[in-house]
Amino acid sequence: MIENVLPAIYLLASVGFILAVKWMNNPATARRGVIIGEIGMLLAVIGTLLRPEVVEYRWILIGLGIGSAIGAPLAYLMPMTAVPQLTALSHAFGAMASALIGTAEFYKGVIPLGFPMGALVVETLLGFLTTTASIIAFAKLQELMPTRPMTYKGQNVVSLSVLTAAIVIGGWMVAAPAPAWAYPAFVALALLFGIMLVMPIGGADMPTVIALLNSYAGVAAAAMGFVLNNRLLIIAGALNGSAGLILSIIMCKAMNRSFTNVLFGAFGQITAAVAGTTAQRPVRSANPDEAASILDSARSVIVIPGYGMAVAQAQHKIRELYDALTKRGIDVKFAIHPVAGRMPGHMNVLLAEADIPYDKLLEMDEINGDFPNTDVALVIGANDVVNPLARTDKTSPIYGTPILDADRARTVMVIKRSMSPGFAGIDNELYYMNNTLMLFGDAKNFVAGIVKELAGSH
Amino acid sequence: MQSYEFGLYVFMLAAFLGFELCKRVSPLLHTPLMSLSNAISAIAVVGAILISGEKDASTLTRALGFVAVVCATLNVVAGYLITDRMLRMFRKREPDKK
Repeated sequence: MIENVLPAIYLLASVGFILAVKWMNNPATARRGVIIGEIGMLLAVIGTLLRPEVVEYRWILIGLGIGSAIGAPLAYLMPMTAVPQLTALSHAFGAMASALIGTAEFYKGVIPLGFPMGALVVETLLGFLTTTASIIAFAKLQELMPTRPMTYKGQNVVSLSVLTAAIVIGGWMVAAPAPAWAYPAFVALALLFGIMLVMPIGGADMPTVIALLNSYAGVAAAAMGFVLNNRLLIIAGALNGSAGLILSIIMCKAMNRSFTNVLFGAFGQITAAVAGTTAQRPVRSANPDEAASILDSARSVIVIPGYGMAVAQAQHKIRELYDALTKRGIDVKFAIHPVAGRMPGHMNVLLAEADIPYDKLLEMDEINGDFPNTDVALVIGANDVVNPLARTDKTSPIYGTPILDADRARTVMVIKRSMSPGFAGIDNELYYMNNTLMLFGDAKNFVAGIVKELAGSH
Repeated sequence: MQSYEFGLYVFMLAAFLGFELCKRVSPLLHTPLMSLSNAISAIAVVGAILISGEKDASTLTRALGFVAVVCATLNVVAGYLITDRMLRMFRKREPDKK
């Protein structure tokens, strides 16, 4: 009897996952998507617990309890600015689960050579490398480690040799019974490669890398589906794998770079030399008082947030500014660059947290045409994504990168701590334009200052 | 060999479906999409339950399975809850004045 019901439960769970991803395309249905996804997962767990070959429940239930007890507070207590770190950590745990299951299967010694062993090699390789890579990404995002790219001479050669060695041993295990040291060596190489993969990645490339790791974790789960001959795992893993892949492709396009360039390019290093040659040039600056009066007399304002906004936790003050300006009848919109922040969509989440209506958050293609008719473009903690050199200077390393056309607004105001160049290490032409005012200071304090002035003058 | 072949077809179709569905997700929701798909990949919990629940498993298998259950559950719970927490914040308070 139960044997007939189980496939139906798995099938329903698969439908749940597909609908969850489908409903995610619209904010109006997205929460429904989460619920159906949760139901799918619940069905999958129940359907698995009911399977006749599962007889020992004690440790499973304890494990489910411990996992929930750690996971729930983690999800609720982390501040919203820490979402990229939390996601990285979550990837690490999921990938580790796949890797450990693969290891357990391997040591049971029942996996035949050939295709099943090949799937197991893919599962454990991606599982282990995603685990360490995600932990390093977490450490960088949490600033437990320097966020600058860490590079050394011959790095790519060393990294690729480690990966090749892992693949060679993996291939050997697929083709013939390998000696006892082969599997531990394979695991060690996979773990090591994960570390080497993310060490040279700088902060601004994190959105691409996190999306890529997300994809790997999915493919590892799908590979496990082949090992265990379980179609639910294959479907869920494939959905996750393609979601991660498409996000990383979008991120790469938004930076006008290829995968290889992100992973092996070590962007910051090459361009640092270019920045050194620029001489000091005069800029115009303003205080909160002046900035407030310019905003007060504007009719349309576009705010361009960047990672600096997240660092300064300025989103709530920006919300107050938004309210103050909207009350005066000024049209305020937000221009979101696809790679602003440390993960895809990072800025949207922070602004939504501050209760800014999501129909005011516009993507690059929607809003770029509006800049010439806009009175003030207010750049808060963004840098490379508004650098006009990307459009004009063919010798610049960022040439060709799609940018937000902030420079085309009538007045540009940039809130920034100092004149230091951004992640790419390139001087920003925007700061020296005649219609640009630099507002030096901490984003949160400066915006608070403007809000205070606006309230006073009312 | 037939079941693997079948599995590969399932994989290919699901991957294309995922690709088409995710392409339509607005950039507004890219972060929730990523954490949702991350939660879905925690389907590894199924494998973890299977491996740690079987009869006469060795201590090694049980231990690995147990840790895998903890990791995967953590991934499921944290993934879904954080997605929901994020989505609750997306509000359309006023109609577009354009």
